[in-house]
Parts: sequence; structure tokens; C-alpha cells
Amino acid sequence: MNGTVKESATEQQPDAAGNSGRRSQRNTLAKREGRAAYLFLAPWFIGMLVITIGPILGSLYLSFTDYSLLQPPEWVGLDNFRRMLEDSRLHSAIVVTVTYVFVSVPLQLALALALAFFLDRGVRGLAIYRSVYYLPSLLGSSVAIAILWRQIFGTEGLINQILDVFGIQGEGWVSHPDYALSTLIVLNVWTFGSPMVIFLAGLRQIPTMYYEAAEVDGAGGWTRFWRITIPLLTPIIFFNLVLQLIGAFQTFTQAFIVSGGTGGPADSTLFYTLYVYQRGFGSFDMGYASALAWFLLVVIAGFTAINFLAAKRWVHYGD
Amino acid sequence: MATSLDQLSDDPTRTVRDEPGGSPRTPSRRRRLYKHVILIVFGFAMLYPLLWMLSSSIKPSDVIFREPSLIPSAFDFSNYTEGWNALARPFHHYLFNSLIIVVASVIGNLLTCSMAAYAFARLQFRGKKWFFAAMLATIMLPIHVVIVPQYILFNELDWINTYYPLIVPKFLATDAFFIFLMVQFIRGLPRELDDAARIDGCGHFRIYARVIMPLCVPALATTAIFTFIWVWNDFYSQLIFLTDPDLYTVPVALRTFVDSQGESAWGPLFAMSIVALGPIFGFFLAGQRYLVRGIATTGIK
Repeated sequence: MNGTVKESATEQQPDAAGNSGRRSQRNTLAKREGRAAYLFLAPWFIGMLVITIGPILGSLYLSFTDYSLLQPPEWVGLDNFRRMLEDSRLHSAIVVTVTYVFVSVPLQLALALALAFFLDRGVRGLAIYRSVYYLPSLLGSSVAIAILWRQIFGTEGLINQILDVFGIQGEGWVSHPDYALSTLIVLNVWTFGSPMVIFLAGLRQIPTMYYEAAEVDGAGGWTRFWRITIPLLTPIIFFNLVLQLIGAFQTFTQAFIVSGGTGGPADSTLFYTLYVYQRGFGSFDMGYASALAWFLLVVIAGFTAINFLAAKRWVHYGD
Repeated sequence: MATSLDQLSDDPTRTVRDEPGGSPRTPSRRRRLYKHVILIVFGFAMLYPLLWMLSSSIKPSDVIFREPSLIPSAFDFSNYTEGWNALARPFHHYLFNSLIIVVASVIGNLLTCSMAAYAFARLQFRGKKWFFAAMLATIMLPIHVVIVPQYILFNELDWINTYYPLIVPKFLATDAFFIFLMVQFIRGLPRELDDAARIDGCGHFRIYARVIMPLCVPALATTAIFTFIWVWNDFYSQLIFLTDPDLYTVPVALRTFVDSQGESAWGPLFAMSIVALGPIFGFFLAGQRYLVRGIATTGIK
């Protein structure tokens, strides 16, 4: 394509020599372009090898070893994986994480969708509302917000102050094993703003004429929502679902700060990632931590794959 | 579309049908008012914890829990001075440490991600399809999978307790989100511009630097803002790679603060949390346009 200028210059000599000259010229151009591309990609190639693929393979190897940084890794075969089967703290970490993911993500997306739909109907000041609702998404994973949460849901916290007005004696929510996880679920739902913005962008894409046509046919608001909006929005719902699921599986900071790094009370906020951290960087049990991390990778990849397969049945990409 | 729907509901015939018996215009207006009331109340509830933290940070510690009002009866900035000096170093030390890492990360991401994006969006080379797929796959890669070997690597290099483990990867285009964002953006630019520059004798590097980059300013701004916010907020890798208190960044310092003082010093703790959130809030206000566009095109948080 970029050879067009030079090509027209050589067009004057239609003999065999000119032809091969043109071809070799095109080849050198393509070669030059390829070389330039590899130069532009050089930092990315190095990063890919040293920071990404190397460590992925490295942690795969380490997951079959016993390694504490002090001595060279010792090959132990499948021992780490056998240990995972019997590790009861790991099992509770899995239950905590799965509960968190499958409760908070649907709630968060439902709220995001509801508000996006509500906001889309030509509300004046849309930009302001959007910004206000979006702000928590930016702050949600920070240590400062986790500190705030620890206070809000503490024994003397904001929630109990409010309950006190109504004469209700509240619990120390973050220090009660039955409620601590719920406070983190609330925190994740609070960050519904970023999927909401994506939903809003998706709603914009739906042509108004569909609604007009449906109205002419006598479809009410509810029917229009279920028969037009939702089907046309399924690609966006799917996109948000995959994104938020993957994000939720990796939650760390909030649980770490709220529980003071322990995952307590009674392991009720022991997220999977927090447990990996404790094993790897608390007790420098690097081999086992690698096995745990690989399991997480497989689970996330598996969920993503299942999502994509299931998507074939319910996601509607239009024609 | 939003405006056309707005006009739709202004259509008198439709209003009449919606609210039979009522006067043609008021119900729709009243309904719109209800909507705003709901949206405002909900927005206020969303922001309430933040406002409460802000107001608590300027109340004396003993009043925080007795006075639920958002507007403090007396302004008291002693929480800030107390919090500023509560740790081994004054708080600006940690702010400065965070700033070093953030600024370096922004530069690294702008430079190397845009270079990679230019190659993927505009140049033909062998293996492009595969490399692009690999790049997309790394977007979803959990950091928890690679952190242990990375730690071992950086430990071998004697980089633990330096800022290199946090900065060097950014100069190696490891934040694939931004490559993707910029690829999408560059693909939307007309190719005629490249061709014109090529006719004028520009090589690939000059096309990248003089033609594409100036047009990419919105994508670059999105990248810069998100890099700033993410790195400023990042706790996990800073917690792991920095154990020397002198090198602590704001999130790690805050964590030390909450663990050492615990429940006894909410006032100063809130004050420093507000300080920590300040820059994010500032960037949010300044760069909303780019943020919203960035999320809408790639879905990043």
C-alpha cells in the first residue's frame, strides 16, 4: 500500500527487468517496514519475555518445587497440589472468594444497568450524575477507602451511629465473622460506576427507530425494555460481566486493610489473593504460593472460556 | 439519542396518552422532577461516606462519633498536623515517593505503549496477528500469577527496596490496556495522513512522532490519567517490593498508620486518607472527559 508512489515511478518500464526491480523494491520496503515495526515493539517484546511470559513459566516450574528464596528450589512433584486438597484455610478462602464474586458482581451490574437505563432517558445534567456515580469506581480500590470502610462498619462507626438514631444497637460489622464479607460486597457494589458508563455508551448505540417502531406497534415501556434494550445490550452486558468477574477474583487491598492483613475475623475475609500473599510473602513459601497462583490463573481462564461459550447462547450481536 | 428521547417525552400527544385526564404538560414535568429528586438523593447517598470522611477529618477526634452532622460545628485542622507527623517521616516524604513512581510510570507508559500501539495499528510485520493476540491475552493476566517469579527475579537483581520493580516494567509496555486503547484510537485516524507524510519523505519514526502522536492526544491523556490513578492507588506491588520505611509510598504508609494507631486515631487517619485521595480527585475533575471516553472504549476501571 505504501509502495504505490514508487510503484508508479517504475511503471514506465514494462520489461522483465523492471518487473523484478519493482518486486525487489517492494520487498525492501516491506522489509524496512518490518524492521521498523520490531524496533517500535522492542520494549514490548522485552517486557513480554522478561516481565510476563518468563514469570508465567517460572511460576509453573516453581509450583512443582519447595522454595523459600534461601535455598535453590527443590523438585517435589505434585506435592503442592496434593497439599491444596487438604489445606482447610485454602478451602475457606475459595468459599469466601466465590461468595464475594458471585454475590457482588451481579448486584453491581444490576445496579449499573438500572441507573444507566434511568439516566439514558434524556435526563438534564447527565454528565454531572455520571461523574458523581463514577467517582467511587476510581477510589474503590485505594487504601484510604478501605480505611474509611473499616471505620464506617466498625463498632462505633457511621452505620451504627445512623442505626442508633433509630434506636437499633448495631454490631461491629467488620469484626463479626458473619458480616465482615458483606461489608466488602457493599464496597464492590458501590463501585458500579464504571460498568454504568460502559452501559450508557452501549445504550447510545441502540437506534431510536427501534423504539419508535415498537411504539407504533403498541409495545409498552416494559416490553420495549425486555424486547429491545436488553437483547441489543447483551454484548455490553457480557463484556462487563467478564471484566468485573476477573476483577473481583483478584480483590486484595480492601480485604487486606479491613482485616489488618489477616483475612479475619475467623478467615471470613480471607480472599484467595490474600492467602496467596500470606503463603508467598508472609511465610516465603514460594513453591506453594506459585501453585496457588497457577490455580487462580486456570480458574480465571476457565471462567472466561465458559463465559465465551455461554455467550453464544444468550449474547445477541445483531446482524 | 438522549436528546431525541427527551423530545419524545415532550410530545404532548404522548403525555396525554401516558396520563389520561391530567393536564397535558405537568405530569411529564413532575415526573422529570421526581427523577431528579431520586437521582440526587441516590448520588448524595453514594457520596455520603466520602463527605463524612472529609468533615470528620476537620473535627476534633472526640467529636467524630458524637456529632453525626456533616457540617462541623468548629473547624479544627489539628488532625492534619497530627497525621502529617504521626509516622517516622513527615507525610510529604511519602507523597514525594509516590510522586516519583507515578511520574516515571506515566512517562514509561506514554512512550512505550504508544510505540507498540503504532506498530500494531499501522505497520505490517511477520507474526503480527499472534503478537497482537498475545498482547490482548495479557490484559486479563492476574498479577498474582507473575508476582512470585518477578519477586525472585528482582531479588536476584538486588532491586527489592528500590523503585525499579515498580518503574522498569512501565518502560517495557507491560500495561497492555493502554496499547489496546491506543491501537483502537490510531485505527480511527485516516491513513491518508500517513501516506501524505510518506510522500513528503517521512520515515516511520517521523510519522509516529510528528503525525500520529499529535493526533493521539486524547488517547494519551486517557493513558496518563489512568496510569496516574492506578499507580497512585496501587497497594499490592508497592507492599511487596518496598519494605524499607524510608521508601514507603502513600498507600503503604497509610497501611502502617492504620495498623500502628488502629482505632485510636481516626481523626488523623481520615485527614491523611483525604490527603491521599486528593490527587485522584483532582485528576478526576480535570480529566473527566478523557476518563469517560477511556472507559467507554476499552472498559477499564
